[in-house]
Amino acid sequence: MKHRTFFWFILPTLSAMVLFIALPIVSVFVQSLFVEHEQVLVVSESCGPFGCSPTTTVDTEATAKLREEQPLGRFNGLGTYINRSHLAFAEIGEAWANSDSLGDFWSQVYNLPFYSALTFTLAYTFIVTPLVLALGLAIAVGVNNLPRALKGLAIFISLLPFLVTPLVGSLILFWMVDGDGVIGATIQRIFNDPSLSLKASTALTWTMLMVYGVWHTLPFSFITFYAGLQTVPDDTMEAAQIDGATKWQRLIHVIVPHLMPLVSFVTLMLIMDNFRVFEPIVSFKAEAHAQSLSWIIYNDLRESGNPLYASAGATSLITIILAVILMSPVLVRTWRDFTRKSH
Amino acid sequence: MATKAQSRMTPLKLFSYGFVALWLIIAAFPFFWTFWGSFKVQADFLSKADWMNALTGANTIEQTGSAFTGAGYHGAWVLEDFWYNFKNTGIVVFFTVLISLTFGTLGGYALARSGFRYAFWILMAALVFRAMPHMTLVSGYLLWFFEWNVWGILPTTIIVLVAINQPFTLWMLHSFFKNIPKDMDESAMVDGCTRFQAFRHVIVPVMWPGVITTGLFSFLLAYNDFTVAVMLLSEENETIIPAINSFMGTTQIEGKVMYAVAAVVSATAPLFVLILFFQRQIVSGLTAGAVKG
Repeated sequence: MKHRTFFWFILPTLSAMVLFIALPIVSVFVQSLFVEHEQVLVVSESCGPFGCSPTTTVDTEATAKLREEQPLGRFNGLGTYINRSHLAFAEIGEAWANSDSLGDFWSQVYNLPFYSALTFTLAYTFIVTPLVLALGLAIAVGVNNLPRALKGLAIFISLLPFLVTPLVGSLILFWMVDGDGVIGATIQRIFNDPSLSLKASTALTWTMLMVYGVWHTLPFSFITFYAGLQTVPDDTMEAAQIDGATKWQRLIHVIVPHLMPLVSFVTLMLIMDNFRVFEPIVSFKAEAHAQSLSWIIYNDLRESGNPLYASAGATSLITIILAVILMSPVLVRTWRDFTRKSH
Repeated sequence: MATKAQSRMTPLKLFSYGFVALWLIIAAFPFFWTFWGSFKVQADFLSKADWMNALTGANTIEQTGSAFTGAGYHGAWVLEDFWYNFKNTGIVVFFTVLISLTFGTLGGYALARSGFRYAFWILMAALVFRAMPHMTLVSGYLLWFFEWNVWGILPTTIIVLVAINQPFTLWMLHSFFKNIPKDMDESAMVDGCTRFQAFRHVIVPVMWPGVITTGLFSFLLAYNDFTVAVMLLSEENETIIPAINSFMGTTQIEGKVMYAVAAVVSATAPLFVLILFFQRQIVSGLTAGAVKG
């Protein structure tokens, strides 16, 4: 294909991606360098019968004008990145100096909003992903053994939690585990503690969100592995059987190695999707105990009347860098495959 | 062929059947429960006293005289104008799918037929773009959309969703077009077609299975989107998913929770129908990128 023709074919999709994905990344960087204007204050003398005293009032008109002229705010350099709500270097240094044990240091760091969100996001990603991989493989093997007529039905049912809107799916679970819901009320009865609520403790909230995460993404790994199982060569399986391999040994030594390329594909997809965890926190109203990186950006932008663009921009840029770091092993591998093919 | 040894019941097999059965119950039960409960009153759906109430509808009978009530649906669709949000979703989804597929087929075709190095770099960039959390992108738009006065309207959301959808669409259609033999369009070009004519007359007639599969996923992305819609749409242009969320914010009053439950069931119904008719395409789409490694 000629360069010219290629250019015209790729133009619409490329311009959409450049304008609405690449430029916004530049835009969050620019936003993060500025900070909101301070209000314009006017000091005036107000004189009453008991003498004069200076009073300070906010000049709303001038403030609004300033905001309109320079919507980005005033230049702040990298100040937003190192303040308390983001990387908080000063607070961490202080915590390091003041804490007498590692646990104490950690609990101080965890109180900083950015680090608490980072901890939850990473914990969610790295607990849900392996669970989904292992359980997905187990279900795929199980469904593969089912009689033919039941396979279609099993796949149909399994697709439901995956394709349902995340916000809706988590609401459905929320109504069940809520204090008045069927699961929540049963748990209260079992432990005979009417005040027991899944929302009341950090550990239970985290568990609840992760259970939702597994429920929601398990079908994806299951279906991919199931499709992979259809391509396991019969000859190899038979040869292993003749050599005396048990069912379990065949699973570990024949099926799993055959599925390895799929495992890395599924892992990549799961990490990308789990890293942006957001909707369940909204649905479960879990923000008191669990905040994700996406959620704190949302919270900054929702700041009523006056969105904190600088703060959201700084968190966004850090999040983007983390996402690229998480993906880098896959990117490097794809690049290596490509150069090997082309030589 | 299943041999005798393969069809024998072993403890391992029994365990794996049990495991699958357990998963299927966990997968389906919440949907069944919510669907059934949406025809009850709140005192039954969220019954602290006895969960059997949600099945038998004791309070529903007491309050309405019948074991099933459509009060939740009436509340959501008539009193809260949920149909209006459905209409917005319809517009957003229709145009997002249409535009993403148009852009995606052109781009995917070009990438599949170009052996140049930059085609590979575009695909790599698309993969990185695919990983960007949507909320980070939204925080990049917001200020500018306010400045240009395009915040809150449906076209803005549509074009943003199209862009967010492009990386996935490109990858999927690229691998699909790679499977269509090169000879087809090249022989058309030998016969005197331009590249675009070859695409239009030779490739377009055979590309529909791949386009439909990709279209299903574009549909799902646009339909399920919460992050973009909640930040970029004004209240009168809300689509169903942010509308359900704002139901939750305002409806902690007795009875109104059922509006949200009815809305949730209504929002899930189209997806249910979609799986019913397109299960094969969805499964093949999920595994398309994967099986080829």
